[in-house]
Amino acid sequence: MSDAFEWLYSPIVKEHFTNPKNVFDPDEGFEPDAQGVVGNIKCGDQMMFMLKIKDDRIADVRWKTYGCASAIASTSMLSEVIKGMPLRDAYTIKPSDIASRLGGLPENKIHCSVLGDKALRAAIDSYLEKTGRPGAFKGEDAVVICNCLNITDRDIEQAVKDGARNWEQLQAATKIGTVCGGCKPRAEELLHELVHIYGD
Amino acid sequence: MDKRYVYMDYNATTPLREEVKAAMVEDMDVYANASSIHEAGRRAWGRVELARGKVASLIGSKDPKSIVFTSGGSESNNTVFNTMYDLGRKEDGTLGERCKIITTSIEHPCVMNAARRLADEGFPVVFLKVDGTGRIDLDELRRELDPSRSAGGPTLLVSVMTANNEIGTIQDIASIAAMAKAAGALVHSDAVQAAGKIPIDVEAWSLDYLTLSCHKIYGPKGIGALYVRKGARAEPLIRGGHQEMGIRAGTYNNQGILGFGLAAELAQRDLASLAARLRSLRERLRDKIVARIPDVRVNGHPTEVLPNTLNVSFPGAEGEAILLSLDLEGIEVSTGSACASGSLDPSHVLMATGVGPELAHGSIRFSLGRLTTAEDVDYVADKLEPIIARLRRMSTVSSKVE
Repeated sequence: MSDAFEWLYSPIVKEHFTNPKNVFDPDEGFEPDAQGVVGNIKCGDQMMFMLKIKDDRIADVRWKTYGCASAIASTSMLSEVIKGMPLRDAYTIKPSDIASRLGGLPENKIHCSVLGDKALRAAIDSYLEKTGRPGAFKGEDAVVICNCLNITDRDIEQAVKDGARNWEQLQAATKIGTVCGGCKPRAEELLHELVHIYGD
Repeated sequence: MDKRYVYMDYNATTPLREEVKAAMVEDMDVYANASSIHEAGRRAWGRVELARGKVASLIGSKDPKSIVFTSGGSESNNTVFNTMYDLGRKEDGTLGERCKIITTSIEHPCVMNAARRLADEGFPVVFLKVDGTGRIDLDELRRELDPSRSAGGPTLLVSVMTANNEIGTIQDIASIAAMAKAAGALVHSDAVQAAGKIPIDVEAWSLDYLTLSCHKIYGPKGIGALYVRKGARAEPLIRGGHQEMGIRAGTYNNQGILGFGLAAELAQRDLASLAARLRSLRERLRDKIVARIPDVRVNGHPTEVLPNTLNVSFPGAEGEAILLSLDLEGIEVSTGSACASGSLDPSHVLMATGVGPELAHGSIRFSLGRLTTAEDVDYVADKLEPIIARLRRMSTVSSKVE
């Protein structure tokens, strides 16, 4: 008999939290071809992905996470999903894909704890840079936020990574919302979320 | 080791005492409205008044009429701040000469938000800082009370909690009240966490208002009280009938009030022995954690602390993950981590004591109570050690306390 109050999250989250897969073990001698870290200790979550890459496919993966149970579980789930996956496909995995594979996460956990996709992209970006193809997947699967100037969620993410912390700085970096301004509410929401992840 | 069920979240709420439950169940048949003047009403009213005296006695008040029954701590605190909204303004609605409010940065959210509302209405409101142990600086209070040395004019109200719910730090309320009185201010203390754990004496401390909640002292939820010193003003939040000296309208909650009275009587009777027993269990738990788990930080004051409250940070491990790992072992605690609260920010109390966000996110509050045993404490220490080690192993963050 299932009991909705038995645990805070889904049974899949519980399984990945109690038995996480592919956790980095310093004694194992795992030597990654690329790694990426994303997260903000102020928010309470930080994630690191380490990848072994062969023929532009993820051959193996390890990770570390400082974070809550859903953060640990979603990183574990992501690490399972991307094994054997072409880099290009792994690059476009979205937090919602991981959340649904976990049997759902509470709304307030999706943005804060599923940083795994961003850590993964950071690792892939560093690999692309190392292999002489910087930014090769930029724009893949990006969602256009500002239709007037064709500015995507990835452009906003990059601007925040480069230091934009408020609307004025984001506009200075991207010119977003300088034509009709209709994208401002959505863009500000995204900005707020990203500043929380990348801000210091 | 056999799995146990260990409740260590007594600061969140406490289990109803058997005696209190039995008395309340028996009282369920007393349906008369305690405001009615017929015989049944008078009998119900008699029970209410008996309970009022017992609650007054728990906090050192010799005047049962100083106790106003409310729905709980949040309502009591809001009644005080709502009263200040009236007392701090002139008849034309503009701010009066004496309208400054002084409180602290570690109050319960119901005080913080009631104070912020007054600030929004234009009142000068000061949130006193606390030191690393969670205590306010009496020199800073003295300065804020002196209009020649601080902004905001004469002070209307000083509101400082008796003991903190998260870290257990106890304030020097007697000294705080003496300073406030000397400056002509009213004094309020939220004693929701202190009641039943340490002696409270509203008369010796010369307080004007004090807040109590019943469910923290092994009584029912939904009932609390506000002590209002004779002569101190109090404006109703809820207007209606003449109940509670006109300060709180609404038909008497007979069973809640009766339960509160008995819980208060038992809390007063057991206070010294319970505090001594819990203090020793708290020390046992603290010593075991410190001895067995490296790089921990015990938060709060080393001596001026509630006998039942132990707040510890485990850097490198995140609080919600620790809490849920303990939960899987049958152990129930709470955390100052943002992830457990649904907000983005960790505990405002721990942050106010100057610990960084990492220590606040990795904090666990163990709050012990009447039913806690030495075996429970040992079980928690045994289970905690591998949980912290496991979470730290998979963490990106170092466990070293900076």
